[in-house]
Amino acid sequence: MARISSPAELEELRKAILSKRDPNKRCITLCSGSACHASSSEEVAVSIEEEIKKQGLSGEVDFRKTGCHGFCERGPIIVIHPEEICYLQIEPKDVPEIVSQTIKENKVIERLLYTDPSTNEKIIHESEIPFYKNQQRLVFGSNGNVDPKSIDDYLALGGYSALAKALSRMTCEQVLDEVKKSKLRGRGGGGFPAGRKWEESRNAPGEIKYVIVNADEGDPGAYMDRSLLEGNPHSILEGLTIGAYAVGSHEGYIYVRQEYPLAVENVTIAIRKAVEYGFLGKNILGSGFDFNIKVHQGAGAFVCGESSALMTALEGRAGEPRPKYIHTAVKGLWDRPSVLNNVETWANVPLIINKGADWFTQIGTERSKGTKIFSLVGKINHTGLVEVPMGMPLKDIIYKIGGGIPGGRRFKAVQTGGPSGGCIPEELLDLEVGFDELTKAGSMMGSGGMIVMDEDTCMVDVSRYFLDFLTDESCGKCAPCREGIRQMLKILTNITKGKGKEGDIELLDELSEVARDASLCALGKSAPNPFLSTLRYFRDEYEAHIREKRCPAFSCKELIAYYIDPDKCKACMMCLRECPSEAIEGGKNQIHVIDQDKCTKCGTCFEVCPPRFGAAKKISGEPVPSPIPVEARIIVRKSKEK
Amino acid sequence: MSEILLQIDGREVKAREGMTILEAAHNVGISIPALCCHEKLEPYGACRMCTVEAEISGWTKLVAACLYPVEQNLVVRTRSEKVDKTRKMILELLLAHAPDSVKLQDLAKEYGADKDRFEKEASFCIHCGLCVRYCAEVKKKNALGFVDRGTRREISFIPEIAARECWNCKECFPLCPTSALQASFVLTEALISPSSSCEPESEEQATINTK
Repeated sequence: MARISSPAELEELRKAILSKRDPNKRCITLCSGSACHASSSEEVAVSIEEEIKKQGLSGEVDFRKTGCHGFCERGPIIVIHPEEICYLQIEPKDVPEIVSQTIKENKVIERLLYTDPSTNEKIIHESEIPFYKNQQRLVFGSNGNVDPKSIDDYLALGGYSALAKALSRMTCEQVLDEVKKSKLRGRGGGGFPAGRKWEESRNAPGEIKYVIVNADEGDPGAYMDRSLLEGNPHSILEGLTIGAYAVGSHEGYIYVRQEYPLAVENVTIAIRKAVEYGFLGKNILGSGFDFNIKVHQGAGAFVCGESSALMTALEGRAGEPRPKYIHTAVKGLWDRPSVLNNVETWANVPLIINKGADWFTQIGTERSKGTKIFSLVGKINHTGLVEVPMGMPLKDIIYKIGGGIPGGRRFKAVQTGGPSGGCIPEELLDLEVGFDELTKAGSMMGSGGMIVMDEDTCMVDVSRYFLDFLTDESCGKCAPCREGIRQMLKILTNITKGKGKEGDIELLDELSEVARDASLCALGKSAPNPFLSTLRYFRDEYEAHIREKRCPAFSCKELIAYYIDPDKCKACMMCLRECPSEAIEGGKNQIHVIDQDKCTKCGTCFEVCPPRFGAAKKISGEPVPSPIPVEARIIVRKSKEK
Repeated sequence: MSEILLQIDGREVKAREGMTILEAAHNVGISIPALCCHEKLEPYGACRMCTVEAEISGWTKLVAACLYPVEQNLVVRTRSEKVDKTRKMILELLLAHAPDSVKLQDLAKEYGADKDRFEKEASFCIHCGLCVRYCAEVKKKNALGFVDRGTRREISFIPEIAARECWNCKECFPLCPTSALQASFVLTEALISPSSSCEPESEEQATINTK
């Protein structure tokens, strides 16, 4: 196809695409993001294609494999347009019925709908499901509507109109001013104002400047950038190109994890298409502005999410951070001015240019504008990606959208911000999410990871887990980080094993202070956060581990024991049969007793003991009662004797 | 290059633009400890022993003197309670790896660091990177490098290059503040040229002999 050479030509093309699309024509969209892919959405796709053919509907119904819809816990998800009928957890065997009933006969299949757990009501439309209803999906919303491999799909939704507007009707300064006015803050970690970063780069001396997409998302449990890049890659390319225009850069990079193969594939296709259509390359849309983008695959290092480490890695060296006393915006990649923003930040830019900073600043709080995508995982009913306006209380995200804690367990804390973040306790659930609010609470926004924890989670162990992650992921260059967290991990591990001693908390505090004050980069400076925030809100748990050798959450294996209450055991044989290490002695009519030497503390007996008996018990911080003598173990069943 | 005036430990110090705090201090005889710094090498900022307090637009923060560029009217304190505490802790952390290093011991005396504060983990290497960087920046041979990351990071000679380049050089040896470098070299030497070091039997022979 010939390159589009003006905004007018773009609008003509858009009209042509839309004229070929009948908004009333049936279209099946299937989530094909990584999460649904893992639950066999590819097989569902094959059967949809086959079934459409088999039932003679070729040409009458469209089928689109889209990016992630966000409700990953219930994937694979199918939405049938234009009615927006939403079916969840689809298996290939459901497909013939969907085609014959819903597509042909217009009948809704009840059993595939979402059931509201509180009312037992079936919900037909995607947007009415509570998970979606309470979101504001400005950045992520198109994910479910476009085939990421099709540039026409993106254009049909108004794609590249922001770029056309910026290039034809705005000067570089105006674009920059609009982004500054929008108060957009970086969605990748520190929340630095994007406009200020851009301006610093724009004003920095040097002919060659770079703009870079940070797609090295590495927080455990976080995958929003991945889903955006997989599901709507053009929105990021458009944002990056607008940024390049504002900054005066002609070369852009996408630094993406090599572990994200679908993201790499889709963004590579998107770049090829954008070049073909004239949205990248020389003289973009006839404006005289040239810009190219290269994809660079990272080798899987968490630390490369840090700007200077990422740039070092882009230069072809080991990804180690370097000092940033001079900002990377001034002296970054190959010592040249470089603007680095993460995927979500760039994806916000076309929206701001299209709808204006005034519209954008209406959303969110005073100091945190717009929306934020969170990856809601852990002990939560509705696992998935959620996009909410800044300022939404944590409680609403967890309960209204996330559907609360499974199994009737009690909420304990939510970990935000990845390994550099912290845990926020129940008493702060009314906290409105925003950059400064989360920081003040001892955590941070980070890139938007949100791990929900229930009462069975040990907070000392959580802190140990993150420190363990960081000892692997630190680059190892500077002493306070490498050695500080090495010692912190040792101490925390000892505490969870019941080897904690008086003074440990103080020593951890001292190590934290040195790591925070003297480390080279943000990874080291924030590495103590998981410890500091859990200590701040759950100090009693640390003390119970150290002083009483007790794990209040009954989670640390070395500090708990399983025990069968002889007064309650009915010798039902359940635990005895299920115990994988044959640690339970007993038999028919014989009270069961756990051999503590053989017990591996897997918890099976506790899980299988019928709740009406409740004989298997977890204990911590107290000695295991000695087993009752063998002769006292016989149960005489009176009812049977009669 | 324009002249910059700053204050270090209460003294007015003149420096040139582009200099680091460490250079400016050393020029006027104010000593700041540093383990990973070398006049022939690019500043590296890894040991953080040169951490000093700097007052920047009203804020006091800790910065690495070997990297921080001098600024007009910058106020620097090379010793303060906070600085000393940081250095003491760093020394204690490093002494767990190289308790016998004379350089570390001397500094430990100065800062009251307890070499037994942390459990010994004798890797000997304190990751100052002097050997790695000297070989790369001065000799341009890259005969050794860092391998792995995080707490598993260590220096290692690259046998193919070391076999060719190291015999007559060994200029990195005296740079090492501990004995890690020599240890690593001896190991490499044994690997690349078994006969020259301790003449062990070849693997084949060893297998035959044990039969």
